[in-house]
Parts: sequence; structure tokens; C-alpha cells
Amino acid sequence: MGSVAKEPYRPAMTGSTSGGGLHLPRYLREPDATRTPVGFPDYRSTGLRAPLRTPVDLPHRLTEITGPVLGEDRVVPTDADLTLRNGGEAVGQRILVYGRVLDSDGRPVPNALVEVWQANAGGRYRHVVDVFPAPLDPHFDGLGRVLTDSLGRYEFMTIKPGAYPWGNHHNAWRPAHIHFSLFGRAFTQRLVTQMYFPDDQLFGQDPIFNSIPAAARHRAISRFSLERTVDNWALAFEWDIVLRGTDQTPFETEDDGDVA
Amino acid sequence: MTVNPLDVPDVTEPYQPLPGRSRTTGFLTEPLRLGTSPSATVGPYLAIGLTWPDGTWAAVEGAEGGIWVRGRIFDGNGDVVPDAMVETWQADPDGGFPSPEDPRGASSYPGFRGFARVATAQPPGEFAVHTLKPGRVPDGEGGLQAPHIAVSVFARGLLDRVVLRIYFADEAEANAEDVVLRGLPEDRRGTLIATPTDDGYRLDIHLQGERETVFFAV
Ligand SMILES: [Fe+3]
Repeated sequence: MGSVAKEPYRPAMTGSTSGGGLHLPRYLREPDATRTPVGFPDYRSTGLRAPLRTPVDLPHRLTEITGPVLGEDRVVPTDADLTLRNGGEAVGQRILVYGRVLDSDGRPVPNALVEVWQANAGGRYRHVVDVFPAPLDPHFDGLGRVLTDSLGRYEFMTIKPGAYPWGNHHNAWRPAHIHFSLFGRAFTQRLVTQMYFPDDQLFGQDPIFNSIPAAARHRAISRFSLERTVDNWALAFEWDIVLRGTDQTPFETEDDGDVA
Repeated sequence: MTVNPLDVPDVTEPYQPLPGRSRTTGFLTEPLRLGTSPSATVGPYLAIGLTWPDGTWAAVEGAEGGIWVRGRIFDGNGDVVPDAMVETWQADPDGGFPSPEDPRGASSYPGFRGFARVATAQPPGEFAVHTLKPGRVPDGEGGLQAPHIAVSVFARGLLDRVVLRIYFADEAEANAEDVVLRGLPEDRRGTLIATPTDDGYRLDIHLQGERETVFFAV
């Protein structure tokens, strides 16, 4: 029966906790200035859902620094190609989406489950709630799954999603985007995010995109990649995803050979 | 070189990315600080990508000691939230985690995955996870934490997940010693304590309101 946790959790803290014979990493937290808030007034659905009280800092202990192993048994090779479903080819602009999953220390996250879902080329989701009168595509279900390789790389082939209207405000349209879900290694690293495309004219009016602090918005936008564009087949977009790291160990990393 | 990405499906091994552009390898002399990718809402269509047929089974059906942990999620109007997703992560009954990140070594408990993912669609607003009651876990300060389940809630209208813990009302002694619960105002601890039912436990989650659940910044 002692007092409560002796020291408050500090987001920028680095190094490890020792005590009880355990050495636990502390996962860094993105500073408020660049972290998406849970609630954002212009995104109206947050009004009754985003908690109003300040969350309580939770030091990272065993529950937080561990996480489920969700691997190969959840993924089959065809999950990486969203353009071939139900025995036929999906309609729309084929794109290769690829990149790396890293932590903020720059270390690749290997063998990590990446789940994606998206609207079809016309901006319609295969979901009962979606009543946007754009056609459904019998050969597109909008679901993909891949595992990162030993260097943290992922890629999948899909159709460029269309923009779609929603009820947030008059004439509201979501910029084209692909939803991503990642686990990483630890409960603290869990991330659900959205990937956007360069130079979308709809960014300015989209409260979900603009809920990201301005200094971090570029991190949500993929890069057109001519070098991975597949001749006579598909355009390519590159997007690296960065999960929280621990700033613990020195590391060796691949240097991005820059390409014009 | 032109490669056809559709040449992939006949492999029997996990999907391997195609050869990438050439990279140079080198050492950096100081830690690389990459900004993390921004969180975003799962939106209303999460069922397309995130529904698993086996999601509810943190412990397999029929596992000895299996319990159902259930609850409903409410918004600030007191209405149920029928389009949320709940994920749970927890230790096994011996206090071990089936994770290589556990510095004591990954545990292996028969029929136990430790992780569940369920939508709150049916019945509307309600989640149900089949699991085993977790054991106590060291708190890193020489003591033991009370049995608990880590919970993430995702939904349309939440730009990031919200995180809570489920504790158990019939663990009063352990709860009284728990370093996390003790750090909370007494009148709010109850928002995290599940009550026993016929087949397990129940805890309702209030995203807002007078009974707003204690959420954690992890
Ligand atoms: Fe969407």
C-alpha cells in the first residue's frame, strides 16, 4: 500500500522503466501540436462521441508494451490484389500502393498486419449504410490485407478510390482516401489512419483531413511514384507509415536513395 | 524492368513485396526522429475491413474458464453507439501475455489469443468478447496490478481510438492495491469496474456525460 505512481508519465520521456526486475520500453507520444485530436468541432459526429474530459496519463506497463501476434494465418496472397474479386476485374484506375511501416526511431516493423478498406472507383462502399447512388462494382469489395516483409515493406494493388459525398455539411465530399489499420508490436502502437492522394482539390473543405494539425498533414498524403508505376498496367503511390517508437536503441537503417 | 503484380497469387508462402528501387545502406549517427502518421477515424464502413469471423474469441469457444465480457457503448445523449468497434488485449489467467514483447517471454496458454475485436452492431451498441479472466501482472514497481483488460474503442466520430481498462468488481482487494485505479479520483474508478453476470462480466462505456468513462492517454 504505497502512494500512487510516483512520477507522472511524460510523453517525451525516453529510455526504459526498471523496477520489479522488468525493463520496459516507453513508447513516445506524438506532441499535441502534431497529434490528431479525438474530437474536432467541424467534424460534427465528434460532438456527441469524443470524450470531453482530459484523458488520464497511463504509464506504459506490461499490458501496454505487449500486443497480439496477428500474422500469416490472417492473410492469403490474393488479399494483396483488390482488383480481382468474384472472378473478374474491377473497374477504375489501377494503382499500386506501397511503402514501409516504420517506428518513429526509423526501425522497420516487419511481419506486421496491414488491413485496408476503401470505396470503389465511383466513390461507393460495399456497405449497407452507404446509399450514395454511384454504382457498385461486382468485382470490387474494397478489402485488402497484407503483411510487411522483413524490411517493413508492404504493397498492394487496388483501384483508385473515388471521392464521395457525406452529410457533414452542405455539399461535403471526402477527398479520395484509403483506410489503413495497423497493430505494430505493442498495444501503444495501434493505429487506424487514412491515406490521401497528392494535390486533392477537396482537402480544403474536408474536416477529417483538416483535423490533422497543419504541420502533420503532409504525413497523410501519399507520393506519386513514377519509378514504381507499372508499364502498361498501373500507376503507383508510395506511402510510409510511422508508428510510435521508443527512442531506445541505436540502429542501422536504410537510407532512402533519393529519386527525382 | 516490367513486372506484372498479378503474378503473385500462385505462391504458397505469404505475399512478398516486389523488388523495390535500389537503396543505399548506411549508418546514421543520431536517432532518426520520424513524425508518426496521423490517426484518423475508422468511419462508418469499418465492417468492410475490420470485421473478423473469429473476432469475438480471445479464448476459443468451450475454453475452460471461458467468460463473456459484455457491455454497451453510449454517446453524450445517452444513445447507444451501434457502429463502433471494440478491441481487447489482456494477460492470460497466469498473468502472461502471448506476445514476444513480454520481457518475461511470450506465454502460451491453451486456446487463448488474448486479443478480441468486435463490432457493436448486434444488438445495437453492444459488444461481447469471449475470454478468460486475466491474472495479476507485475506493475513494474514491485507490486502487482489487479486483473484488467485493455480496451480500445474506435468509431465514426472518434478521430483517434479511446482507451480504457476493464477491472472486475469481485477483485476488491486487488483493485484496492492497483496502481492505476489508485491514481484515479475515487468517484470515477467505478466507470472501469465490470460487474459479475451469469456468464461473465458487464461494463458499459460512456463516451461522454455525467458518467463519462475514465479514458487513458497511452
Ligand atoms: Fe472513407
